[in-house]
Amino acid sequence: MLIKFTGGTVYDPLNGVDGEVRDIYAQDGRIVATPPPGTKIDAEYALGGRVVMAGAIDPHSHIGGGKVTIGRMLLPEDHQGHEVERTALLRSGCGHAVPSTMTTGYRYAEMGYTAAFEPAMLPANARQAHLEMGDTPMIDKGAFVMLGNDDFFLRALAGKKDFSFIKDYIAFTMHAAQAMAVKIVNPGGISAFKFNQRALDLDEKNEFYGVTPRDIILTLARGMKELGVPHPIHIHGCNLGVPGSMHSTLKTISGAEGLPLHLTHIQFHSYGTEGDMHFSSGAPQIAELLNRTPNVSIDIGQIMFGQTCTASGDSMRQYGNTKSSNPKKWVVMDIECDNGCGVVPMKYRDKSYVNALQWAIGLELFLLVRDPWRIFLTTDHPNGAPFYYYPHLIRLLMDRSFRNERLETLHPAAQAATILKSIDREYSLYEIAIMTRAGPAKSLGLRDRGHLGAGAIADITIYEDNADREAMFKTPLFVFKSGELIVRNGRVVKVVAGATHVVRPDYDPGIERAVRDYFDRYHTVHLDNFRVSEQEIVDSNCGHTGGECGCVIAQPCGPRAS
Amino acid sequence: MSNWSPAQGPGVPPKSNAITDVACPFCGLVCDDLEIVRDESGLHVTKNGCEKAIAGFERKVDGAKPQVDGRDVDLETAIRAATELIRKSALPLYGGLGTDVDGIRAVMALADKSGGVVDHALSEGQYRNFRVLQTTGWIMTTLTEARNRADMFIVVGSDLHKLHPRFYERIVNVEASLFSDTPAKRSVVFLGKGLDQSGVKGQRIGEVLTLGSDLDRVGEVIAALSAEIRGAPMAAETVAGIAIGEIRALAERLRAASYPVFVWAPPSLAFPNADLVVSAVSDLVKELNVKGRAVGLALGGNEGAISAGAVSSWQSGYPLRVSFASGKPDYDFLRYAIPNMLANGEGDLLVWIASFTPDLGPPAAAGKVPSIVLGTPGLKLANTPRVYIPIGTPGADHAGRIIRVDNVVSLPLKNLGRASLPRAADILAAIELAL
Repeated sequence: MLIKFTGGTVYDPLNGVDGEVRDIYAQDGRIVATPPPGTKIDAEYALGGRVVMAGAIDPHSHIGGGKVTIGRMLLPEDHQGHEVERTALLRSGCGHAVPSTMTTGYRYAEMGYTAAFEPAMLPANARQAHLEMGDTPMIDKGAFVMLGNDDFFLRALAGKKDFSFIKDYIAFTMHAAQAMAVKIVNPGGISAFKFNQRALDLDEKNEFYGVTPRDIILTLARGMKELGVPHPIHIHGCNLGVPGSMHSTLKTISGAEGLPLHLTHIQFHSYGTEGDMHFSSGAPQIAELLNRTPNVSIDIGQIMFGQTCTASGDSMRQYGNTKSSNPKKWVVMDIECDNGCGVVPMKYRDKSYVNALQWAIGLELFLLVRDPWRIFLTTDHPNGAPFYYYPHLIRLLMDRSFRNERLETLHPAAQAATILKSIDREYSLYEIAIMTRAGPAKSLGLRDRGHLGAGAIADITIYEDNADREAMFKTPLFVFKSGELIVRNGRVVKVVAGATHVVRPDYDPGIERAVRDYFDRYHTVHLDNFRVSEQEIVDSNCGHTGGECGCVIAQPCGPRAS
Repeated sequence: MSNWSPAQGPGVPPKSNAITDVACPFCGLVCDDLEIVRDESGLHVTKNGCEKAIAGFERKVDGAKPQVDGRDVDLETAIRAATELIRKSALPLYGGLGTDVDGIRAVMALADKSGGVVDHALSEGQYRNFRVLQTTGWIMTTLTEARNRADMFIVVGSDLHKLHPRFYERIVNVEASLFSDTPAKRSVVFLGKGLDQSGVKGQRIGEVLTLGSDLDRVGEVIAALSAEIRGAPMAAETVAGIAIGEIRALAERLRAASYPVFVWAPPSLAFPNADLVVSAVSDLVKELNVKGRAVGLALGGNEGAISAGAVSSWQSGYPLRVSFASGKPDYDFLRYAIPNMLANGEGDLLVWIASFTPDLGPPAAAGKVPSIVLGTPGLKLANTPRVYIPIGTPGADHAGRIIRVDNVVSLPLKNLGRASLPRAADILAAIELAL
């Protein structure tokens, strides 16, 4: 079936298209080149100048895995009043701070998103992460597997194992967990907390293993690069939420040794200690350094005011944050000599100096970092705010007077502590398209998504060009997934499953002997039961039987450098 | 993913196969180091099986037929009859829920479509934990951490050995540790009298202590320990019959320990207000974490309870006891407990799923309403169901997935080819499709 999208205003940064009125053609799920004149068009959408972008891609959202479900179990009162009714088409669910899985999928699609990635999948919890993502319809998904606090890795690093051993282990883990990329959370810190260390700065040693976060970051960053995995090591750095964290962030950026790094939810690691409250913004310095450091990309982790729930692998820092828990209940776990987690409900208040300044810091970072290809729009769902705040965030970035109006409602001392009011910059639609589609697709290595050139998968979102950008991005006119109409006027009209993306770097199978031996001696599960098979993901997700259905997509990996 | 190799040994028929790395679904620990051999007479657990595993795998399940009103019918007829009953029902109750992840997913979809209530047979035990999670939260660990890291285990009022016969063997008395080449002995403290300590033996076991209060007074001992740790010791000579000196000494040990693990099994705390005991343990653990580290480890989770709680939470937002009758998930942990509903005359149909052991039959009170039972052959039934469909046991008769008791690790369950019985998930999906 040949579909024609006529006369839309196209924003396709990966192909350099900035607001040109042009036609797009899609056939058999992909965008195709303009067909010869006279070719029969089966369906046409006359767009009259409406805005066309590729489906949006969220590169960091906690949508799958045990800690998200702990958050759901922890907060029944948060769901109440936000239940979602079933329809002939849609399952019931609930959604406020931590929506249920089906509701999450529907809402993302209704907002014009066609992919979202779980950034913190524990190897030990990979099966459950894929199960939860399998119950998240509509969108493509994938996950980043957490390394850097697992005892196998730390022993190898402390024991000065050969670098190729470590690379083989990283690659093996990506296969076993069916991952897209690798994440580090509080490098060495989650492990250190199990030994009763309460803080771990960039050059401080994990007391048991004697290695530093810097050692871990550089090892994994180099490993990822040499394995040829497109996405750089995805780092939740030291000192999450700590006043003064800006210093370890600056050192992490400048200490990258030219290696590609991605620093996630950097807002939470951008605090100084100036002023009466000993809490200030480090955003200007961090942005200035980032502007000079092209090998580092970031996502923000913007906070929004209201009730949410923080869910992170960072047990050390989340334990520290429990004093701010609101309501006063929380979970911290040590997990399987693999990682940990901390689930702490949080209510960000505009009248709180700290929360108000956190809000401003996120926006300062967005507006002061110049290269939109190196910055992704996230709220670190649900840590900063639930993902459905993205349209509001887009408006804040595109509309300076709206932003300043919001600023004026905040705690007065926080207003005085930020330079936000003086920042004139307003994001353009082209830059928003980069930050929400083209950039994430490129960074993650999603070869045929995030753009509208011939050969791309026909994941397309069409918006009214509404001057109220929040309204515009909240309610897309049409969303297409692989060329099928799935959302109209911000409502799901067809339920689809979405694919799971993985990356499979090469490794020497000899590593499995070492890992199997480790599991046999120390673990409570066997290696063959630990690893997740592709068939399981198919069973969980699309449910297709018999032969390859193409719902697990292995994105290309670069060659392995020795 | 099975490892097939011909069984060795004399007198073994040539077409036998020894299957290794078998995951056992018959308690919440889901041990996965079992070796099972299959021959014409059925399955035989040849390595690493406890009595529950042997009972579970070696049980005979042949010969059962689907039935409508006690008469044998073919499967399609039974499914049709079940579909009609659900279609006509104003408020179906989906209980038992002894099944695997895919089984629970199918129940949730069907409950959503048919406007029913979802509750697991063992949720009374689970809610001793859930209420604490929902009120105050906790600091917990998982099995591999406890196995490697613990220097002290405090067993809180629970007969772990009975519920999990291999717990001490697999988690406490283990040879190796990630953190020492010559791992030290670990002490084991029993809070509560009369608990089976026979499993606590071996090289790694150091001191074994008992503070033998009545089981339902263990909470008082925990509270007294908390008071000591907090620096506000109780002015009492005994607490629940335990001398205060013993409590003080234990508090000292807890402070000195580097990774004390408090272990309890919610099903074992079978006395009123047991959730307050769990809450007290959670508070004590939090107190200990101010200066040092300490953690909880909750066991139990048999009959697929963990999978049920998890899937229900991620799909509906709520950990079981949720009603879809209004079209939206409506949560009420008191009202929507199926035993309470039956007692209150709510619900007009019981759909019961029990695939693991024959002991998880519907409660006798369920006789008030017609029932559809998807059960493992031999399931103990107090009343004759309107429809009975024999189903396979995940991990023996068909493949599946199950979440382990510590709520992080989930394991694949193998199809060991014991009997060709249908999956609960498939039956439920067929019903949902026909509705």
